[in-house]
Amino acid sequence: MSDTHAQTVAYVRDTMLEPKPAPSTQTGAVKWLRDNLFSSWLNAALTVAGLLVVYLLFTHFFPWFRHSVWNADSLKECRDIITGEFGEGATGACWGVIRERWHQFMFGFYPPELYWRPVLVFVLLFVALAPILFTHLPRALLSFSAIYPLLAIWLLWGGSVWPVVMTGAGFVLGYLALKLLGNVNGIIAGIAAFAVPILFWMFAVGPIDDLLKQIVPISIQSVDSDEFGGFLLAITIGVGGIVMSLPLGIILALGRQSDMFLVKSFSVIFIEFIRGVPLITLLFVASLLLNYFLPPGTSFDIILRVMILVTLFAAAYIAEVIRGGLAALPRGQYEAADALGLDYWKAQRFIILPQALKISIPGIVSTFIGMFKDTTLVVFVGLFDPLKGIPDFIRSVFEWKGIYWEPFIFVGAIFFILNFSMSRYSMYLERKLKRDHR
Amino acid sequence: MATASDAPNQGFRLSQLIYDTRYRSLTIQVVVFILVMGGMAWLIDNTVQNLQQLGKDFNFGFLFNRAGYDIGQQLIPYTNDSTHGRAMLVGLLNTLWVSLLGCVAATVLGIVIGVLRLSNNWLVGRLMTVYVEIFRNIPVLLWILVALAFLTEVTPAPAAYRVNAETGEAQASMLLFDNVAITNRYTAVPAAEFTRGLGAIETPLAPISLNFLALAAVVIASIWFNRRLVANANKVQETTGFRPVTWWKSLLILFGPAIALLVALGFHLVPPELKGFNFTGGVNVSNAFVALWLGLTLYTAAFIAEIVRAGILAISKGQTEAAFALGLRPKRTMNLVILPQALRVIVPPLISQYLNLTKNSSLAIAVGYLDLRGTLGGITLNQTGRELEAILLMMLIYLAISLTISGAMNVYNKSVKLKER
Repeated sequence: MSDTHAQTVAYVRDTMLEPKPAPSTQTGAVKWLRDNLFSSWLNAALTVAGLLVVYLLFTHFFPWFRHSVWNADSLKECRDIITGEFGEGATGACWGVIRERWHQFMFGFYPPELYWRPVLVFVLLFVALAPILFTHLPRALLSFSAIYPLLAIWLLWGGSVWPVVMTGAGFVLGYLALKLLGNVNGIIAGIAAFAVPILFWMFAVGPIDDLLKQIVPISIQSVDSDEFGGFLLAITIGVGGIVMSLPLGIILALGRQSDMFLVKSFSVIFIEFIRGVPLITLLFVASLLLNYFLPPGTSFDIILRVMILVTLFAAAYIAEVIRGGLAALPRGQYEAADALGLDYWKAQRFIILPQALKISIPGIVSTFIGMFKDTTLVVFVGLFDPLKGIPDFIRSVFEWKGIYWEPFIFVGAIFFILNFSMSRYSMYLERKLKRDHR
Repeated sequence: MATASDAPNQGFRLSQLIYDTRYRSLTIQVVVFILVMGGMAWLIDNTVQNLQQLGKDFNFGFLFNRAGYDIGQQLIPYTNDSTHGRAMLVGLLNTLWVSLLGCVAATVLGIVIGVLRLSNNWLVGRLMTVYVEIFRNIPVLLWILVALAFLTEVTPAPAAYRVNAETGEAQASMLLFDNVAITNRYTAVPAAEFTRGLGAIETPLAPISLNFLALAAVVIASIWFNRRLVANANKVQETTGFRPVTWWKSLLILFGPAIALLVALGFHLVPPELKGFNFTGGVNVSNAFVALWLGLTLYTAAFIAEIVRAGILAISKGQTEAAFALGLRPKRTMNLVILPQALRVIVPPLISQYLNLTKNSSLAIAVGYLDLRGTLGGITLNQTGRELEAILLMMLIYLAISLTISGAMNVYNKSVKLKER
C-alpha cells in the first residue's frame, strides 16, 4: 500500500505559490459597492433613487443652512443680511431667534436669576436615578432618591420649605406606623400606614406649619406655575407623571393579574377606559372637569391638575407593560414562591416583582418616551409647551412674526436627541438584562 | 400508634375572614368594592353639589338645539341651522374619515419603508433607518405643524397657477397631469362624477348614493363568485391533481363587472380648473385636513415600518429553508409559510397603531380641522357651557371607537392563535 513514496513521483513542487490577489471585482470598494449597492438591477435602481433623494434634500436645504444668520434681532434684519450677503432671492436660516429666545424654549417665563434652580434639579435627577439604575452603587444613595421628589418640588416652585417637609414627614410617620405596629398585627399596621399620614396631613399639618413658619422662616423665592414653560415644563410633567404612575401602574397590573373577580374587573375597566381615550380629552378633564369632581371650593394649580391626569394616563400604559413582564415570568417562579410558603405580598416583593420589573424596564422607558412626546399637548390647556406654546408666543411679537422653521428645527432636534438617546439606552438595557442566551 | 383525628371544629370565627384563605379573597373583594363605590359616590356627590352651586343641571338637551356654526368639511349635509347633535355627528365622521385615510396611507408607506429597511441595499437601508428614527422620536404634533406650515407658507397661492397671457407660462404648475393643485389655502383634487348616475335615497341622517350602493353590491358579488371559482379549482386539483388556470378568470370576475358598471354609469373625474381666483370643478380639500392627514401618516408610518420589519425578522430562517426543502417555490413559500406567520406577529401591534392614529387625530385642534373634539368638545362646549356633558360624551365616543377596533383585533387574534395543548 505505502510503496507510493514521494520519491517515486517525477516532480514535486517544494515551494508554495505566492497567493494571487483577488480579482479586482472581488476586493475593496468595488466589491463593497457591488454587494451593497448594485447587487441586482432592482438594487441599482434603488441606489440611484436613493442618491437622487439625498441630492434633492441636500440642494434644497444646504444653502438654507449655509446662509444662517445668528446675529439679528428680527426676521426682517435677518432677511436683509441674507439678501445683502448672498444676493437677491437667497433664503437662509435665521437662528437669531434661538440666540435671543433660547431661554424661553428651555425655561419658559421662569425668572432668569433663578435658572440655577431648575438646572440643579435636572442635575440632581441623575444623582437620584443613579442608585436605581446601577445596582453596584452604595445603597445609602437610595435615601437621596427618596427625598429627591420633594426637594425637586421645593426647588422648582420655591416658597417656604415647611409644607414640603410636612409632606415628607407624613410619609415618614406612615412608615414608622408600619414598622412599629408590624410586630403587633400586620393588618392593623397596613391600615395605620395609610391612616396616620392622611390624618396627619388633614389635621396636624396646618397648625404645625404655621408655627414653624413663624419660628424658623426658611423660604426661597416662590415661582408660580404660569411662569413654567418650554422644556422645563415638558420634563417636569413627563418625569413627575412617570414617577407617580409607577406605583399605581404596579398595583393596577397586579390587580389585572389577580384571581379576584371584582379587583380584576375594576383594574380592567380603569386601564381600558384610560387607554381608549385620547390624552387631549384627559387634559380637558384636568382643565375643565376636575373642579367638578372635587369638593366645592377646591381649586389648585393647573400643572398639578395636568400632572394628576397625566399620571393616571401613564399608569394605565405602565400597567400594561408590567402585566407583560408578569406574564413573561415562567409559571414555576410563582409555584416556587408558593412552595417556600411565602404569602402573596412577600412572594411579589421578593420573587415576582424584581424579575417582572426588570423585564419591563425597556417597556417603561418607551412608555416614558411616548409620554414625554405627549407632554407637548399641554399647550391645548393653556400651558406653554416648547413645541407650540413658546413658538406661538414668540411669533406674536412683531420682530419674529412669520418665523416657523427655526423653532421647529431647534425644538425637534432637542426632542430627537433626548428621545433617541433614551431609546438607545433602553435597547442597551434590553440586551444587558437578557438572561436567556439564545 | 398515632390516631388520626379531625381538626377541632370551633365553628366560624370572625378572624377567619382575614386569615383563612377560603374567605380572605371574599373579604378583600368586599373591601375593594366598598372603597371603589365610596370613591365614586364621593365624586358624584361633589359633582352634584358643584352643579347645584353653579345652577347647572346635567342633561343632554343641548344636543337638539341649533348649533349656529359652520363646519368646513362635512361628509353629511349640515348647515349652521342644524342641531348640535348633528354637528357632533359631522365631527365624528370627520374624525373617522381622517383616521381611515391616515391608516390606509400609513400602512402603505409603512410597509414600503419596513421592507426597504430590510433590503440589502446599504444606502436605501440607511435612508429608511434615518426616516424611522427621525419620525419616531419627535412628537407627532410637530409633524402636523410642519405640514401645516409647509402648506400655508411654502406652496403658491391659487392665483399663481394662472397662465400669464403674455409669456404663456404660469408661476406654478399642477401635479399628476394637471389633476392636483396644492395651494396655500387648499389642495384641489379631481371630483368623481357620474353622467348617468342613479341618484340617491334621502334619509334623515344622510342621503345614500345609489351609485355607491350599486358598486358595493357588484364588488361583493364579484368577490363571492371569485371565491366559488377558487373553491372549484381546489376541488378539481384534489380530484385530478391538476390545477386549472384561474388567474385571468379571477381578474375578469373581480374587475370586469365593476368597470362595466362604472362605464354604464358614466363615471369620470372632473379635474379642478382655475376660475378667477379659485379652483372650481374639482374638490378643494382644506389645508387643515391635508396637514393633519400628512402629519399623522408620516408619523405612524415610521412605527408601522418597525412593526413590519420586526414581523419579518421574527420568522426564523429555518422556516424558509424547511419550505424550500419541501420543494415549495419562493412565491408559495412566501404565501403559505412566511406571511401567515409574519402576519400573526404584525397584525396586533399594527391595529394598536391604528388605534393610536385615531386617538392622535384629536390633534386636529392644532390645525383647526373640525373633528369630534373640534365640534362637540370645542365649539359646542364653548357655546353651550356644558363641559361635563360634552367631555363625557366625547370620551365615551372615543372609547366606543377604541373598543370596537380592539374587539376586532381580539377576534382576529383568536382566529390566528397557535393551536396549542
